[in-house]
Amino acid sequence: MFPESPLIQARALTKRFGSFVAVDGIDFDVAPGEAFGFLGPNGAGKTSTMRMIACMSPVSSGTLRILGMDPITDGPNIRRRIGLVPQEDTLDLEMTVLDNLLVYGRYFDLPRKVIRERARRLLDFAQLTDRANDKVDPLSGGLKRRLTIARSLISEPELLLLDEPTTGLDPQARHLLWDRLYRLKQQGVTLIITTHYMDEAEQLCDRLVVMDKGRIAAEGSPRELITRYSTREVLELRFRVDDHAPLAAQLAGLGERIETLPDRLLVYTDDGESAAKSVADRGLDPVASFVRRSSLEDVFLRLTGRTLVD
Amino acid sequence: MSTPTVLDRAADGAAGAAAGLRITPTWSLGSRRAMRLVERNGRVYFRMWVIFVSGFFEPLFYLLSISVGISKLAGPVAGPGGHLISYTAFVAPALMAVSSMNGAVMDATFGVFFKLKFAKVYDAVLATPMDSGDVALGEISWAVLRGGIYSCVFLVVMAGMGLVHSPWAALAVPVSLLEGFGFAAVAMATATYMRSWQDFDFVTLALMPMFLFSGTFYPLSVYPSGLRELVLATPLYQGVAVIRGLDLGSPTWSMAGHCLYLLVMSVAGLMVASRRLERLILK
Repeated sequence: MFPESPLIQARALTKRFGSFVAVDGIDFDVAPGEAFGFLGPNGAGKTSTMRMIACMSPVSSGTLRILGMDPITDGPNIRRRIGLVPQEDTLDLEMTVLDNLLVYGRYFDLPRKVIRERARRLLDFAQLTDRANDKVDPLSGGLKRRLTIARSLISEPELLLLDEPTTGLDPQARHLLWDRLYRLKQQGVTLIITTHYMDEAEQLCDRLVVMDKGRIAAEGSPRELITRYSTREVLELRFRVDDHAPLAAQLAGLGERIETLPDRLLVYTDDGESAAKSVADRGLDPVASFVRRSSLEDVFLRLTGRTLVD
Repeated sequence: MSTPTVLDRAADGAAGAAAGLRITPTWSLGSRRAMRLVERNGRVYFRMWVIFVSGFFEPLFYLLSISVGISKLAGPVAGPGGHLISYTAFVAPALMAVSSMNGAVMDATFGVFFKLKFAKVYDAVLATPMDSGDVALGEISWAVLRGGIYSCVFLVVMAGMGLVHSPWAALAVPVSLLEGFGFAAVAMATATYMRSWQDFDFVTLALMPMFLFSGTFYPLSVYPSGLRELVLATPLYQGVAVIRGLDLGSPTWSMAGHCLYLLVMSVAGLMVASRRLERLILK
């Protein structure tokens, strides 16, 4: 399947905390240069998987190979070649923006001169040059996130791990980050991203797995997943009723599948317009009716359910 | 590629997974990389040098108050070799041992706890090639450096006041570093068990009586037997005994025993601190 040997290979990878199974025997490969996503609700096991890949959490059972090495015996050598953007920023609040980069580079045993040069470029890349001598603590969430990403790149990693990189950011900050991550991908950096944002996964990931309750529920490119688990279009219908459930029966036969939500009905179909016409033909009169393209979100909700996780 | 190691150990109970599986070598006691953390702390303190300097004054003020006032009331006392010395000369080397202890304990408790629980500095550090042993050794080394600087400056002040009585006093410097290491290592290990800032009252509770009663201000002979053995067993007493003996020019073989005590304390503290960091962060 891959022209080169995989950068990461996991077989029956499992993580247990006491009797709780966070990751339940998952298999996956990540090829060099790929942008690979772990998509899933909270508690699906994404972060636990990420921490095992980052060599910051021991594998409970199964095998994990990163850059051809075993995290148990080669942790420091693997960590030398990967960059980690953790879910919560772990910036050094006692230091300035620039010092954060300079000191972090030293943890990788890099010479000061090299770090200084890279730090200058990374500040530019993260649009932080004019904040170089500011303290980190008062910076906004978006600036901190950009600094965390810049910091993770100081060692010029082959593999960049991003755990929910844009959670809590405003749209401007998210789009700037996506742009930066896209550039890194163009430069050949392998990206591994966990997210519960569908648009993020569609924007950034070549291939992804949907995780649910510690297992992999589906795997493929965003487009493949939509084709496999959803239809091309979705017709959303809203009626002037308190309960939409009884109306679902009257739509029977339309599209491949009908989903009943408290406030609307979703008709999964390859041709939304003609489905909408059939609704009118059946004498039904929705208050609102619109057709949209099927998204990863439909796949996600179908696979992981609509029940709130926590 | 080597053959895959299949680790398949059943997690028995909540502690099972954490106890059985590790990603740093057993008892990592740190490597040269530990110095990177010393660099980090140096950079932070470079901007907060006032705080750094302030830590030196407490023992210095004690010394001044004793030499200016208390020594006028207290007559000469018998030193380690039996000959009579001024009260200030008796107390000064003990205060040097105290300043090493204070300097080392401050960063290894408050500093480590803050970085571990709030600033999450070690979470970031352990995502790099550094391992838990490097972090423990780095933090302890920094604390020793701080305590060492305090005690060296203190020794210089003593010399200026005519309180250095023997060339043996030069050896007080490495001994104070060893003492600082022992204190810093145990203090850091302790800090990993702290739950909140309130727990630091216990640190004060341990240090204060040690400062007052470990033969700092009067010889051990005032204690009845029983109590004397208890004081003999305190870590500060080891530093006080050796540094005082060297400063007053009475080296004895028993000093090797005191140093061994401090060495054991250093290694044990380092091992526990390293293992605890791994438990807390690399889970």
